[in-house]
Amino acid sequence: MFLVLVIFTAVAAALLAMVNEVTKAPIAASEKAKQENAIKVVLPEFDNSPTEEKYLAKTVDGDSLLVFPAKKGGKYVGSAVASTTKKGFSGLVKIMVGFNADGTLYNYSVLHHAETPGLGSKIQDWFSDKLRPSSCVIGKNPEKGLKVSKDGGEVDAITAATISSRAFLDAINRAYSTLNHSVNVSDTISLQTNN
Amino acid sequence: MERFKIFYNGIVKENPTFVLLLGMCPTLGTTSSALNGMGMGLATAFVLMASNMAISSIKDFVPDKVRIPVFVVVIATFVTVVQFLMQAYMPALYASLGLFIPLIVVNCIVLGRAESYAAKNGVINSGLDGLGSGMGFTLALTILGALREFLGTGKFFGLTAFPEKYGSLIFVLAPGAFIVLGYLIALVNRLKSRD
Amino acid sequence: MSYILIFITAVFVNNIVLAQFLGICPFLGVSNKTETAIGMGAAVAFVMTLATIFTYLIQSLLTYFGLDFMQTITFILVIAALVQMVEIILKKVSPPLYQALGVFLPLITTNCAILGVAILVIQKELTLFESVIFAFSTAIGFGVALVLFSGLREQMALTKIPKAMRGTPIALIVAGMLAMAFMGFSGVDKTLAILWGIAK
Repeated sequence: MFLVLVIFTAVAAALLAMVNEVTKAPIAASEKAKQENAIKVVLPEFDNSPTEEKYLAKTVDGDSLLVFPAKKGGKYVGSAVASTTKKGFSGLVKIMVGFNADGTLYNYSVLHHAETPGLGSKIQDWFSDKLRPSSCVIGKNPEKGLKVSKDGGEVDAITAATISSRAFLDAINRAYSTLNHSVNVSDTISLQTNN
Repeated sequence: MERFKIFYNGIVKENPTFVLLLGMCPTLGTTSSALNGMGMGLATAFVLMASNMAISSIKDFVPDKVRIPVFVVVIATFVTVVQFLMQAYMPALYASLGLFIPLIVVNCIVLGRAESYAAKNGVINSGLDGLGSGMGFTLALTILGALREFLGTGKFFGLTAFPEKYGSLIFVLAPGAFIVLGYLIALVNRLKSRD
Repeated sequence: MSYILIFITAVFVNNIVLAQFLGICPFLGVSNKTETAIGMGAAVAFVMTLATIFTYLIQSLLTYFGLDFMQTITFILVIAALVQMVEIILKKVSPPLYQALGVFLPLITTNCAILGVAILVIQKELTLFESVIFAFSTAIGFGVALVLFSGLREQMALTKIPKAMRGTPIALIVAGMLAMAFMGFSGVDKTLAILWGIAK
């Protein structure tokens, strides 16, 4: 009797192992495509492969973020940073944010969030709308840290979603400070081109 | 004709959501938009059909005492298959349905159909029964999702019907799920008592 | 402090039934009387905490052997076996407790909140101790929602309700209002985290 159960479970396990093998490559590919698309969106034109030249940079609080440097004709044009924050309204917020060589924000893309639909979930569009300069972060330089206007900053928070807005800006600031303060970007790049 | 009746039965007369009131968790949890509801419905329909057919074909080899555990193993196998396939080929949908995909295992509709139909009937009829119940479930989830999306954000399957700011956000949030489903079931009750 | 925060978040802010839509079937099914609601709440708290400990340990075994794809199958079988075992042990060891919780135990296997929490603690990458606190708090949240709701339904049984709305429809709408009330707690966890200085 138990033999039957064991046999069925074994068959199930074998079947699943097979499906797991078959789908492993597509799952990894779709993850990679997602990352590459995000990098393409958030960076100015480049002709190198940022995913191959990526490196880990330490944040101020001991965590580390992935940095994807972009170059055009061998000249450094900017970096994309995969940043996260735990300050979201419900769970982790992951973004890909790109900076120009001069440190201004080129563009960003939200990779993952679990914010409230209709409120915090607006982070993708709200902060990139150039028609509403008071809330748009594109072109800004987060050198002094971006803050919502409620906290004395210059960015208008999403209506009724201040916590999500704060979390989003926190992710941007973390990306900026990691990129510019913890590791000297030009050193890392020359180091990698030498290899 | 007889076979069509089996299929039709699951959609209308024994609709899992509106009539049998089964599988409430995914019904409420995944219907914040029409497409999410439909995706969840189709995933469940696939598991229902596949597990119904598998269970019907193995029913003679399974001793009564381990019947339920074996059924559960079969169902869990198909659920995991769906999980991997979705992760590989529909990553966006997988991300928004999240936890509810593995939870198809404990959806009472699936084990319910296995016990009450597939364990007593032939392979083809069981498949049709599963497909019928699955389609009934999909239909219910799509209607609920479309209504919530429309009332909450002014969109219909992602297309804007009226400006988002006139939408009543509560319908996309948790309370709206309970309230819209409540009124839909009341409507079905009213229509049933007519004829 | 951070454990208290997990508790408050799981019970009020992210209530398993009213915000996460897990365990709706028993929520609607056994909430007609406050007494049964308390019994069900206690049984769920017991099984959920125990199941989470077991599945957490088994998950680390699965990961060790590279068998992550067996997660769903293993978890559901473990939970089913555990419920059976609890039933047998309770019957032998503590008949009064069995009398109180026994009828609810078979219903618990298909309570998606149990499997849901078991998977959630893995996804959230909590430690074993955090997982236990999380599972117990979630179960308390389930119990709180169930008991509050049963109180409302006892009251509802005495009112006149249009025919088509009787039973499940009105129960769902009232649950919606309860969910609205619980939305008032949203953000409380963030504020407390800042007040207690544990925001990361």
